[in-house]
Amino acid sequence: MNQNITPLVMPKWGLAMKEGTLSAWHVKEGQTITPGQEIMDVETDKIANAVEAADGGLLRRRIGEIGQVYPVKALLGVMAPPEVSDAEIDAYVAAFEMPAVDEVDETQEASYQFIDTPSGRLRYASRPGSGDHAIVLLHGFGGDLDNWLFNIDALTVAGPVYALDLPGHGGSTKAIAEPGLDALANAVEQFLEALKLQDVNLVGHSMGGAVAAMVALRRRDLARSLTLISSLGLGEEINGAYIDGFVAAESRRDLKPVLKELFADENLVSRQMVDDLLKYKRLDGVRDTLRGLADAMFRDGRQVHVLVHDLQAATVPVQIIWGARDAIIPAAHARFLPDAKVEIVPGAGHMVMMEAAGNVNQLIRAFAA
Amino acid sequence: MARKLSMKDAINEAIDQEMRRDPTVIVMGEDIVGGTGSPGEADAWGGVLGVTKGLFAKYGDRLMDTPLSESAYVGAAIGAATCGLRPIAELMFIDFMGVCLDQIYNQAAKFRYMFGGKAETPVVIRAMCGAGFRAAAQHSQMLTPIFTHIPGLKVVCPSNAYDAKGLLIQSIRDNDPVIFLEHKNLYGQESDVPEESYAIPFAEANIVREGKHATIVTYGQTVQRSVAAADLLAREGVDCEVIDLRTLSPIDMDTVIESVEATGRLICVDEANPRCSIAADISATVAQEAFDALKAPIRMVTAPHTPVPFSPALEDLYVPTAEAIAAAARKTVSPKNKMM
Repeated sequence: MNQNITPLVMPKWGLAMKEGTLSAWHVKEGQTITPGQEIMDVETDKIANAVEAADGGLLRRRIGEIGQVYPVKALLGVMAPPEVSDAEIDAYVAAFEMPAVDEVDETQEASYQFIDTPSGRLRYASRPGSGDHAIVLLHGFGGDLDNWLFNIDALTVAGPVYALDLPGHGGSTKAIAEPGLDALANAVEQFLEALKLQDVNLVGHSMGGAVAAMVALRRRDLARSLTLISSLGLGEEINGAYIDGFVAAESRRDLKPVLKELFADENLVSRQMVDDLLKYKRLDGVRDTLRGLADAMFRDGRQVHVLVHDLQAATVPVQIIWGARDAIIPAAHARFLPDAKVEIVPGAGHMVMMEAAGNVNQLIRAFAA
Repeated sequence: MARKLSMKDAINEAIDQEMRRDPTVIVMGEDIVGGTGSPGEADAWGGVLGVTKGLFAKYGDRLMDTPLSESAYVGAAIGAATCGLRPIAELMFIDFMGVCLDQIYNQAAKFRYMFGGKAETPVVIRAMCGAGFRAAAQHSQMLTPIFTHIPGLKVVCPSNAYDAKGLLIQSIRDNDPVIFLEHKNLYGQESDVPEESYAIPFAEANIVREGKHATIVTYGQTVQRSVAAADLLAREGVDCEVIDLRTLSPIDMDTVIESVEATGRLICVDEANPRCSIAADISATVAQEAFDALKAPIRMVTAPHTPVPFSPALEDLYVPTAEAIAAAARKTVSPKNKMM
């Protein structure tokens, strides 16, 4: 097989994704692609997003047709330098083994891992990466590691990536003895110790940002940098109605309008996203845990833990990323930590790492370098 | 963590987890243990199709094989429920409820009302329902409308393994009598089911498929057939929404009406006989509440008004097929009822 040929394939966003619809091409044959460039749009039953190029090169062949459904890892395009002949590309395309949807399914379960800690069993996903320092991703309130579906693979160029489900969330234990930031930070410390990870680049979204900050403040040896995305813990304001609505919602009808507040583009809230969250919220214990966490972190519609003074006193480098149209925590909080590197992403809401994945990935990679 | 489970195993897991969680949960029925006393296995049967298999080994006498007298043990389960237990009575086939109907509709369904809210009857009556199993006229009926007719009963009929587990857990925890109907043709159907316990609230219909041209409302075995019909229609450019009611009492009419208000077309699919059926009930409610939204007459696709035939060829024609559902939907979007 010609080593100069680089395939462009259907990405795998989240562990459940088996196939996607190619909805647009952003590059033409004969155009040079740079790494990180948005090259096409893909839609799944859960979400739609732009696909970033992992590698650069000259686009020689577009194979994916707009509107068609392709399994994960299906060949959608071919990049190769000009010296590779059309015949060689034809041979490459002909020899490419198109994956079947069922084959993708079989490897799915293996991509979640579990580890037992004193805080209980935690679920995580990991990706090997190049670099000495791992990147560890912490989701927000009511979220799970699949919130990073557009990030986890794109970040591997900067280091091995770990994303975990905090206690009370996703596939991790639903029980938290004393719900609160301390309990979550303890669990993350135990997770890092169990996997013998130190000096990592901690990345936290929303509540996960405050958890990451707590870990870095307590254990400087564990964290070499801190990226806080739309984070709790920088100011007092919070959309209390969102928190209460999210905890209370039992039906699709109640939950959907609440979830729309998370995104600048509310069309991103798909039926599947609402269903998946309802499935999580129906599990025994989840509602009590979420209520307990909310009661510990918020009082009278304000945040209880403001960590700005501690972070200012600490030596850990901090990057703050925010969606300009965040309706949950005001983007103004990004400026509350004077020494931090601040990026406000225009046109994105609270879930900025999903809505502007390419941009956020680049910022995380650069800061971790 | 979710993994693939059949509806039969999901029901077993729901009973298992609730029996572990709550010592007042007991199970009564014919052959639900089965084979006790014979050499070898203590629960050789585990129910007529093996749904309760393995539970006897874990919970012993909390599972009771009863004599072949539905009137006796369904009555006993209802009585035990009023006295503080949470019994699950397995009626084997819903067709047998005739012999214990007084206990269900005149006793269990009335206690809360007649005792001014002071009496509760947290009993679940599980039974297999539906046609397509070559079990003939007396073991194949879809008698859902008989129970939805009676105030004081809750009626549940899941279409898949995930819903079956969550709805059965909700049924066991519910403080009113619940008729829980398991379509025997769906026992082998598999879906992703979390290992953990979870409860799906009643009166929360599931939108199985989103669509903008027509709304198909159904429950039980005909959910997958309706989805298959929607797939057929999608190739013709007709985009159907499919709603799985999941619970028939209480019923989530809000979701149905909201959908019809958006699509303007309604196809009600019901495996029950047509007269006074769930399909007829929904049609009447939509005609009353959302008449202005309708762009075409409501269509009903049901079994014919006959007993379930034993002839396999006729039985296959009896339950609404994907083709029949698609044909009805086509009529609602025909040029006469021009698409908008």
